[in-house]
Amino acid sequence: MSQPIVIEKHKSRFKELARAAIPGGGNLDLCLTCSSCVNGCPASGISDMDPRKFLRMVLLGLDEEVVQTPWIWWCSMCQRCKRACPMGVDIGALVFMARQQWSRENTPKGIQKSCDLHLEFGNSTGIHREDWVSLCAELVEETRQQEEDWKDLPAPMDKKGAAYYLNQNAKEPTVEPEEMIPLWKILHEVGIDWTYSSERWDAVNYCMFSGDDRDWETVVRRQAEIVNDLGCKTLINTE
Amino acid sequence: MDPSWNREDLKVTCQDPCNLVRKGLGDSVADDLRFVIKQVVGEENFVDMWPNKSNNYCCCCCCGGGYLQSGFVEKRRAFGRIKFDQIQATGADIVVTPCHNCRSQIEDLCQVYGGGYRTTHLWSLIVKAMTRKSK
Ligand code: SF4
Ligand code: SF4
Repeated sequence: MSQPIVIEKHKSRFKELARAAIPGGGNLDLCLTCSSCVNGCPASGISDMDPRKFLRMVLLGLDEEVVQTPWIWWCSMCQRCKRACPMGVDIGALVFMARQQWSRENTPKGIQKSCDLHLEFGNSTGIHREDWVSLCAELVEETRQQEEDWKDLPAPMDKKGAAYYLNQNAKEPTVEPEEMIPLWKILHEVGIDWTYSSERWDAVNYCMFSGDDRDWETVVRRQAEIVNDLGCKTLINTE
Repeated sequence: MDPSWNREDLKVTCQDPCNLVRKGLGDSVADDLRFVIKQVVGEENFVDMWPNKSNNYCCCCCCGGGYLQSGFVEKRRAFGRIKFDQIQATGADIVVTPCHNCRSQIEDLCQVYGGGYRTTHLWSLIVKAMTRKSK
């Protein structure tokens, strides 16, 4: 009698990796192929890819394609698909894991550069400490002089023991610094005791986008240390 | 808060940030956002997008996309098309955007697809309506 054909089990390394890494396992095998995710996703159709297709690739063990498709940079990990999915499949988490497989050299340059600048200078646009400090001082001084109603406006820097610590998206001082002033005015009017720090004051963290957990954590920890050193009880994240 | 600065009855809508609403604190924080905007621009001048709150479409970036940094301009604009259509359907003059990156994207979509709205930070709008206790 002839023997039944033994099909060697396809190795799906990526799927197993994802199942272990995603809290709750990501419900990957529960997909009904209903397409709710596809219809609700702004990245569907870009380069002939969509979330369901991506998930099928993972489940079929097409590991090479999964970690090579640039579509993972076009899904924003917004989780709208997860919300729409009757089975709670977490495709955004899969995409994050696929991003983690890309080497630093291949990660889109703009994202990696913002992350590298953050690690080096403490903010993602690479503003030097003295420039940040003098920019805030000049802006507040100008406002005090030009607006009678705001001649007592503060913009505190490294104020020990302030109740609130405020960070700021580095794009603001870089491209539209005057947009920070209304924020200072509101805080002043409602009587909030706040401070910026002269270092590591950025509100964004592009290391999250690049998928590098270690860099991401480093950035968060460094700012947390500053907040602790200043003795602030609450961090206001403006981003 | 005094909305009388909005003499022209400018219509205002808002972008619900995915990280804060869908991935974060849920619809209650989106309701808080609407409460504040209505105080600032006048109740009748707020117009909501559809779908909204936890169901809103992502605009591109801050929830983890990083589009504005990654340089895929064409893809970013294709991604944002649905957001642009959603905003245009409200007929809003102003879109309140939750962060600098959303703001850049939504402003760019307006230019590229020929929209008729402007964008602003929430704090810049609040200051317009703020009446000062001390003055
Ligand atoms: S919505 Fe969920 S169940 Fe439906 S195809 Fe997408 S992942 Fe599968
Ligand atoms: S997380 Fe990605 S796949 Fe899911 S809806 Fe958002 S962009 Fe689409």
